[in-house]
Order: sequence, then structure tokens, then C-alpha cells
Amino acid sequence: MIRDPKDLQRYTASERANHWAVGMSFILLALSGLALFHPLFWPLANLFGGGTWMRILHPYLGVLMALSFLIIFLRFKTLNAMTATDWQWVDRVKEMVNGDDHNMPEQGKYNGGQKLLFWALSVCVLLLFVSGVMLWRAYFDLPVGMVRLGAVIHAAIAAFMIGLITVHVYAAIWVKGTIRAMWYGSVTRAWARQHHRGWYRQITGK
Amino acid sequence: MALQSLDIARRSATTTDSPSVRRTTEVAKLIDVSTCIGCKACQAACMEWNDIRDEVGSNSGVYDNPRDLSAESWTVMRYAEVEEAGKLEWLIRKDGCMHCADPGCLKACPAPGAIVQYANGIVDFHEENCIGCGYCITGCPFNVPRLSKKDGKAYKCTLCSDRVAVGQAPACVKACPTGALQFGSKEQMKDYAEHRIGDLKERGFANAGLYDPPGVGGTHVMYVLHHADRPSLYNNLPDDPSISPMVALWKGVAKPLATATMALVGLAGLFHYVMKGPNEVSTETEKEVEKEESV
Repeated sequence: MIRDPKDLQRYTASERANHWAVGMSFILLALSGLALFHPLFWPLANLFGGGTWMRILHPYLGVLMALSFLIIFLRFKTLNAMTATDWQWVDRVKEMVNGDDHNMPEQGKYNGGQKLLFWALSVCVLLLFVSGVMLWRAYFDLPVGMVRLGAVIHAAIAAFMIGLITVHVYAAIWVKGTIRAMWYGSVTRAWARQHHRGWYRQITGK
Repeated sequence: MALQSLDIARRSATTTDSPSVRRTTEVAKLIDVSTCIGCKACQAACMEWNDIRDEVGSNSGVYDNPRDLSAESWTVMRYAEVEEAGKLEWLIRKDGCMHCADPGCLKACPAPGAIVQYANGIVDFHEENCIGCGYCITGCPFNVPRLSKKDGKAYKCTLCSDRVAVGQAPACVKACPTGALQFGSKEQMKDYAEHRIGDLKERGFANAGLYDPPGVGGTHVMYVLHHADRPSLYNNLPDDPSISPMVALWKGVAKPLATATMALVGLAGLFHYVMKGPNEVSTETEKEVEKEESV
């Protein structure tokens, strides 16, 4: 669907589908994981058809997320390499959060914060996958010391990752004109010029 | 309220108090290792009373049969040949759930009411609430619970909670031919053990003693051991069992800490939006873009 022919394409359909495969599996994993983590969240088990179904499904959803994230990782890893300008951006992030982005250094397709998030999430998914396998009693029966360590790592990293994703989602809501990139892949020229001027120049040649 | 003797004192994955107005006597089973002859009558009685039949295994060259606890074998005799002061000792230990006062399984269980501790001290699995995650195995300091391959639920010794509820001793105790298994109030069992330990000391076992490990708050299954200074001689009975620090961290401070952190991150977002407003494309930028386009 073409909205405004002047809009810039930020994500292809396949990249969007890939992002949503990760996003959906993450949401389901977080809901079921929270139910397994703290009794406060136990009612969420009903979303999965009860506790036993939730226990059965959670690890398969984990495999789905790990695989779909791996594809995203391979697709976007070079775009997320940190540069000196990115570190400058990170140093000034306080100004950005305070609502003043006038002095922020010029950014390419991704800013320093997005890039750090990308790497943090990659480490989280890797650790969650490895520790999750350690807890998967349907297929694995590892020494109890390893399972205990796996349980602590899995819970701690999952809580951390839920925090990171909250930041990721909030940033998309906060920066107006961003969410459409996730839905239909395009952004306005003004959006690109304001938030990712380096990328804007590169695409438009201006 | 269930049967009086089965008042529930603690319930898994429940953050509020269980009904606790009524107090009942704490019970205990005492296993006197020094008078056990290894006949396995307790194993047979357990199968019979609880109506569980394990698969027939194969002889592995030792007396241990079945080789390990399973979802269908809630108690097994473990035989150890140990040389003490130049003499062979055959140490036979009836293994099974210890019914800890501070149960690691219950602490680890994420399913509300799948594991309960009755006011009398018995720790019981309610399999209808069990989701089969196996966290109880992760939490147990004695390696007791087992997941069934048939239904994916966890099982272990119930201390015959159904029999105890109506004033009967557990089936294994009823079947023991030598009196090595005793059942009564925890106080009574400690007194009885005292007398047995005195007897053993007189007969030259200077380190005889009671195994009621304080690391798990004491247990409702206790052993009289001739070598109470070295419980691990008895097929690796833990010397000083306690809930693993990993499990304590995972199921203790991590839960409120992580929940609060996640809630704070969410709230921080909400209040940031309300106080700083959305980050919109400035009209200035829009004009600049228009200008560039028209060139």
C-alpha cells in the first residue's frame, strides 16, 4: 500500500513479518514466563488454556523466538555496529530524554541507543535460550546444580529483557511517526530528517 | 477446611496466609537404620497401599531394586557396603521424601496449591494442580520428587497422608517386621530415638545420633544413624542439607525485586510521556523538508 509516494521505505515486508514473529513470541513468552515466575501473575496461565498447557507451550515458543531473533540478528547486525558518533549520542541521551534533541549528533539508520538495545537483546536471547534448554525437563535431564543456576539466570535475564522491551516499545510510542514503520514499513521524510538525518541523506541524497 | 488432621499450613505459589487458627500435633516417622534388615516390606506395603506398580526392572548386581525412586516407587532401600575400623558394615537406608519443615519443593513450585504442607508437617503433592514443570525437583535438597513419564506430573511419598488423617500409621511403618520404622508425634519420635541412640552408644557406636537436619528446619522423617557424624556414608544422605542458595535467590528476593523493577520501568514510561510529552517531528523540520523537495 502506497500512502504518500514521497515516504521513505524503512523496512521490507519480510523484515516486518520477521519482527512480528519475534514480537508475538516474546509477548506470549513474557506472559507465560511471568505466570511461572510469581503467583501475582498466575491468572495469565488461563490465556494458555491452564498451567499445564502453558508449561508445555512456553519452551516451544522460546525456540520460535530464538530462531526468528537469530534471523533478525543476522539481517541487522552490520547496521548496528557502534561508531564514535553513536557513543556521543549515548553520552547526550539525557538531553534527548528531557525532550530536547537539537544538540543530538546526526544519526544513521539507527541511533546509539537503538544499537545498544540491539546488542543487549541479542545477549539476552542467547542466555535465555541456553538457560531455558537447561530447564526443559520434557527433553533434558541435567544435573540439579546446573538446573538451579539455569533457573536463576533465566528469571533474572527475562525480567531484564522485559524491562528492555518496555523501553523499546515506549520509545516507539514516544517518538511519533515511528510505529507505522513497524506496521507498513514507511516513514515520512520529515521523520527521517529529524531522527535519522544520516540515513535521510543517504536515501534521498540531500 | 479439610479433615482436621489435614489442615493446610502452607500452600505453593500462594502469597497470603493459609488458615492457621487451629494447631495440630506435628507427626514424624522415625527410621532406625540400625535395626533395619533390608527386607523391603516397606517398599511392598507402599506399592500396595498407594496402588502403584513400577515397571519390573532388571537385576543390576546389587540389592537395590528398583535402582532409584520413580513416579511409581515412592520409597526404595539403598544398600551401602562401608568399611569402618577394619570391619565391613552394611548400611541400609530407606530413602524417600523427608517431609522437611522448610520444603524446597514447595518453595520452588509455581502452581498454586500443587504442593501443600499440612499443619501436622506432612508435605503433600496435589497432582491435580501440578503442571509438570519439575521445579520441585530443582528445589528439593534430597533429590526425591520424580516426574511421571505417563502423565507428566510429579510424584513422591505422601507419608500416607490419607492414613494419617484417620489416625493410622503410614503403610510402610505398619509393615516393618523389626520395628525399625516408628510413627507418632515428632516429640515422641525424638524421645524414642534418644533411647535407641543411648543403646547404640553403649554398644560402641560413639557417634550414633539423630538425623533431623536443621538446615531445612528439621524433617518429619528422621533417621537414627550409627554414624550420625557422617550421614553421607548412607548412600550420600546429605551431611547438612538446606535449600540451595540459588533456589532461595530465585524464589526469594528475586521475585519482588524483579516485579517491582518491571513495574517501575512501565510507570517511568507513562510518567515520562505525561510530563515531557511526545517527541513529534517539529514544524521546522517539516518546512525544511518541503523546501528541499521543492528545489
